Amino acid sequence: MPEMTMVGAINAALRHEMGVDERVVLIGEDIGKLGGVFRVTAGLQQQFGQDRVIDTPLSETGIVGAAIGMALNGLRPVPEIQFGDYIYPAIDQLVNEAAKYRYRSGGELTCPLVVRLPVGGGIRGGHYHSQSPESLFVHTAGLKVVCPSNPYDAKGLMLSAIRDNDPVLFFEPKRVYRALKMDVPEEEYLVPLSSARVVRPGEHVTLVAWGAMLLEALAATEEVRAQGVDCEVIDLRTLWPLDTDTIVESVKKTGRLVIVHEAAKACGLGAEMVAQICEKAFLHLEAPPRRVTGWDTPFPYTLENEYLPLAHRIMPALIETARY
Amino acid sequence: MVVAVKPESSPPTSISRKLYSVLDADGRADPETDPKLDVALVRRIYEAMVRTRLIDARMLKLQRQGRVGFHVGCEGEEAAVIASAAALRDHDWIFPCYREVGAALYRGFSLQTYLDNMYGNANDVVKGRQMPDHVSARGVCFGSISSPIGTQITQAVGFAWASKLKRESVATAVYFGDGATSSNDFHAGMNFAGVYQVPTLFLLRNNGWAISVPADQQTHSRTYADKGIAYGIPALRCDGNDALAVFAVTRSAVERAARGEGPTLIELVTYRVGAHSTSDDPNVYRDSALVEEQLRRDPLRRLRAYLERQRAFQAADQVALEERIQSELTSCIERAEATAPPNIESIFEDVFEEMPAHLQEQLAECLNGPRAKRH
Repeated sequence: MPEMTMVGAINAALRHEMGVDERVVLIGEDIGKLGGVFRVTAGLQQQFGQDRVIDTPLSETGIVGAAIGMALNGLRPVPEIQFGDYIYPAIDQLVNEAAKYRYRSGGELTCPLVVRLPVGGGIRGGHYHSQSPESLFVHTAGLKVVCPSNPYDAKGLMLSAIRDNDPVLFFEPKRVYRALKMDVPEEEYLVPLSSARVVRPGEHVTLVAWGAMLLEALAATEEVRAQGVDCEVIDLRTLWPLDTDTIVESVKKTGRLVIVHEAAKACGLGAEMVAQICEKAFLHLEAPPRRVTGWDTPFPYTLENEYLPLAHRIMPALIETARY
Repeated sequence: MVVAVKPESSPPTSISRKLYSVLDADGRADPETDPKLDVALVRRIYEAMVRTRLIDARMLKLQRQGRVGFHVGCEGEEAAVIASAAALRDHDWIFPCYREVGAALYRGFSLQTYLDNMYGNANDVVKGRQMPDHVSARGVCFGSISSPIGTQITQAVGFAWASKLKRESVATAVYFGDGATSSNDFHAGMNFAGVYQVPTLFLLRNNGWAISVPADQQTHSRTYADKGIAYGIPALRCDGNDALAVFAVTRSAVERAARGEGPTLIELVTYRVGAHSTSDDPNVYRDSALVEEQLRRDPLRRLRAYLERQRAFQAADQVALEERIQSELTSCIERAEATAPPNIESIFEDVFEEMPAHLQEQLAECLNGPRAKRH
């Protein structure tokens, strides 16, 4: 079984799916000859040609709008937005159009597309190469949002996303892109959407994270274990629709919940999870649910490690929650 | 040395500022430009234009009576809408703005289904989820209507692009108004279509107004057709109140697209005789003398005069036609009004292909909770 980075695993997923389904086309800026600024689509234009891997003029509105049209006409487009921070010109197309097509046409017209966008900080990218805009899309009825934390899940989730008949936003944590390698099967396998994974079982605190922060969560878990705190770590994998059952079940066992995300705190996905836990497991709670998140500020450049909810900030939250 | 994007030897983008026309104000056809259409086809186009106008008048009344919530019509623009749609082939797709339901009806979209949409009832194809006039008519290759301006333009380009990639001979026509030429999507759509030479017809209904902002305040270009130059897209201007001219230029753009020669921008110069919608009052910003002046160009009167000159239509035909349309409308309205509203489930269905857990929960909560006092 080959070892792959997340970049390699997503590339392998796209290559596989383009091979078995001729409806799959890639569209975006610099994705052809260059293979994308992160090289996620490297070699695909050479293999599948310029009709399947399309370099576009520089317009996110155009990329997503055209991808919607392609999806309506029976293709399975996978547009790339070069950085998640540049998704905003396409918001109208995503929120008012892709997300609403099935609903507003009474099911006559559907938009199966997967918008890939590198997200998150930790690469010294400042405000315009570091954002985590998932809440905007979670709040939008009609979109699915996925965010893998490792190469194996990235491939399996990508295949599921492309085969899904609804629009999916595929958040790729660029801090993880090349940070680790793991065995990724060459054959096809699906990681189902809306299915969180218990990465590490534990008794004292439920710790929910995703994307690049999953590694930080695991690091913090190791640190606090020495102090007698045993965490159950959940990798959310799909941010919407949420696998609430897995979280509720865990909190019913531990009675304690800590959520970690890079996005700003106010109206972040953590807020929604806390609300749901209060609605569904209130009497099981032994401590107030905690959020360890980015601050409600723009994303800073020099001090990004003070902004990010890294292990050093997760640890005290785990200990305080465990001892509350 | 200054290097151009395209070689100097490449031909200049063909654009014509001259208003292409066939019919004069009295319905006389210019033999130079007359497409010499089969008279039965012209009559069919005329009848659809009349039907569209009578539907608009009736919907306005229903709205004023409080029986439907809203209407946006195309009074004065019937030739731009119907004759262009008539020039497309049946399998060519239409991406509408919100003023072109007449094109769907021309293609056979049922009047009853349209009325069910106006009432947002249980038989509404979009299940009461959108405002009136925001239909979807896939059966006649007519896309779903949304209110944001211009968003359908890039989608139409993507749709046409997919046809080209699949090597299918399908052209995609996208309608939009003069206001939409200021949108992001117009720029992106025109640009993508030009670069990739996709078979798209950009049907720009220049009706003089974007709600209250006049067309000359929407752009500093000399004409709207001029915009084609920047994108390398051939463009022309056509009298949008002249059904025969609209048909001729649209048909030739379809043929260009079918030959693989790429997109065309057609500025259909027409006039919005009515209000922007039933929510608008143009008396606040428009001198009614302007409208009076435009009525001389009325597309219905001109096409009827043409048909009468061809001895293919007479006064009695008009009476019979209007009676037929009114009675058809009356029975559709009655049926639509007698139909129940959509069920509660329809709020939660079609958000996704399969209803996720949180929506199942919310559906149950809604069903088991108190009902609203009125809809």
